[in-house]
Amino acid sequence: MANRRPKGFGADRFFLYAVLLCLALLFLLPVYVMVCNSLKPLDEIRSGNLMALPIIWTIEPWLTAWSTAQIGVQPTGLKPYFLNSFLLVVPAVAISTLIGALNGYILTQFRFRGANLLFAAMLFSVFIPFQIVLIPMAKTLGVLGLAGTVKGLVFVNVVYGIGFTTLFFRNYYAAFPIELIRSARMDGADFFGVLFRILLPSSGPIIVVTVIWQFTNIWNEFLFGASFSDYSSFPITVALNNLVNSSTGVKEYNVHFAGAFIAAIPTLVVYLVSGKYFVRGLMAGSVKG
Amino acid sequence: MATLDLINVQKSFGQTKILHDISISLADGEFLVLVGPSGCGKSTLMNIIAGLEEPSGGELQLDGRDITPLPPADRNISMVFQSYALYPNMTVAKNIEFPLAMRKVEKSKRAERVKSVAKLLQIEHLLERKPRQLSGGQRQRVAIGRALAREPRLYLFDEPLSNLDAQLRLDMRTEIKKLHQRLGATIVYVTHDQIEAMTLATRIAVMKGGVLQQLGTPYEVYNRPANTFVAGFMGSPRMNLVKARLTQESSRLALNIQTGKRPPVRIDLPDMPSAMSAYIGTEVIAGLRAEAVNLARPDMVAGPTERAVDARVEVIEPTGADTLVVLDLGGNEFTVRLEPDVSLKPGQDARFFVDLAKLVCFDAKTEKLIA
Repeated sequence: MANRRPKGFGADRFFLYAVLLCLALLFLLPVYVMVCNSLKPLDEIRSGNLMALPIIWTIEPWLTAWSTAQIGVQPTGLKPYFLNSFLLVVPAVAISTLIGALNGYILTQFRFRGANLLFAAMLFSVFIPFQIVLIPMAKTLGVLGLAGTVKGLVFVNVVYGIGFTTLFFRNYYAAFPIELIRSARMDGADFFGVLFRILLPSSGPIIVVTVIWQFTNIWNEFLFGASFSDYSSFPITVALNNLVNSSTGVKEYNVHFAGAFIAAIPTLVVYLVSGKYFVRGLMAGSVKG
Repeated sequence: MATLDLINVQKSFGQTKILHDISISLADGEFLVLVGPSGCGKSTLMNIIAGLEEPSGGELQLDGRDITPLPPADRNISMVFQSYALYPNMTVAKNIEFPLAMRKVEKSKRAERVKSVAKLLQIEHLLERKPRQLSGGQRQRVAIGRALAREPRLYLFDEPLSNLDAQLRLDMRTEIKKLHQRLGATIVYVTHDQIEAMTLATRIAVMKGGVLQQLGTPYEVYNRPANTFVAGFMGSPRMNLVKARLTQESSRLALNIQTGKRPPVRIDLPDMPSAMSAYIGTEVIAGLRAEAVNLARPDMVAGPTERAVDARVEVIEPTGADTLVVLDLGGNEFTVRLEPDVSLKPGQDARFFVDLAKLVCFDAKTEKLIA
């Protein structure tokens, strides 16, 4: 059986695809509900049928969520917070990825005393719950004068991300041919010469993995955002929460759905564009090759 | 080019000694081959010369200048690695240019150098390719090209041919020898292949267990091995080593070979080193190369250093160019190299002429050459 390739579209195949299709629809159901209801006027949602397609199609909820919904003091919509999130994510991802590469390089190529212990300690940081560091981090941000700013959030997310990025790069570089590094050293490359001219240009897959991982984590991160930012520096997740949880006025479900979808778009795009590299990169990091 | 002096170089990891007191002096333009079985310390020694590992003791001098404390980049030494170590993200041209770029050589000069090196190695048509688009032999050339580019004082080759298939290995071997003759460069070359060592070297350093066993020209190492290890390691088929009792009759020395129940073989010796007389009445290890034996034909007369012996043919292995025959000589296996069209049959007894001109004898206990 194992050696024979199935030729026709037999009953077992049909059953398999049917099950897979059902499961896929089940997983897509929330997305359907979100999109579908974000395109309805509020009255249609109130009438109770969440699953039905809109009778009157409208993009008004999307426009409201984006530019006029009441989130802070001003009715600004999600727009400024969306921008905040970008200003947070781009430097945080870039810096934490670079530091991860640097750490991985040092931990694998310079077998100094205690390297493994240091790596274990960095790995341990991955397992520390966010809540434990809230108060010491608030204190640190205060001392650094970064409290309540986007820069402060960048700092927090970089610090928290280093554990992961170091893990990724360290394991990738552990399988890197040592002769290449030795050759570069003999050819006259210095510390950063080896990193920037030899290691990083050969790190495509693991850079993709790290960037996706860090991007989605930091974009979706809520607790640090809620704890360390103020009205001017809220990331999108906090703004969305404020939009949805406002206790005054009418609950505008269609606007909430649209807002939630807007908040999810960048991570969706990242996954769709680089998903195949993600899988490939994960393999490349774990298996030698 | 340059002279290289290794002075009492040692290396140990904790209690384990990897290298014991290695001292080698290389004259300008020499081709030194470090050869030995895996784990003999030859690669460690090469890494120490390159500066990639630090010696635990001793000194290295290049052109009489102490380079022991210098980092690899400042030693003016190039190395060709076993895996070629081509930078996968760069084209061939960029690979060759890399050591020059790192040394901030002028751009126009770099391009010129890349061109001349590519021409020398006949890889001009490959310059824009990436390493993964090259065959093994081409990668090898590029790796050598990169080493040549910055015109170092000394070249190191770390088993550069071991990743190539048999035919290509022969071609590249010739290529490397040509290159050496053309450049007159000083080269240190590591290999575990004793034929590579014999063909390429001006001098061979045979190593085992971190100890230098013998340092000499290919001729010396092949014909006057310093001990039984070198005798067995160099040459293919390996040198025949047979235990024999040394006797003296009317001022002539003779070897008596007998193991087990086979009839004894007695070989009268020509003039031997005087040190041999100390071994009269005791056992020595006699060493003879496979090519020192010929089949005796009825019309042949033994030469001044030749002796006739009788032996039984055990196995016949034709190789085409010649035929290797394993004999039973007084109960010992003894491989001889005969003409390709020799007509012998397994189990047959035959008479052979043994040329003793190149006979070497080793102390049975220390296994060192009796000279």
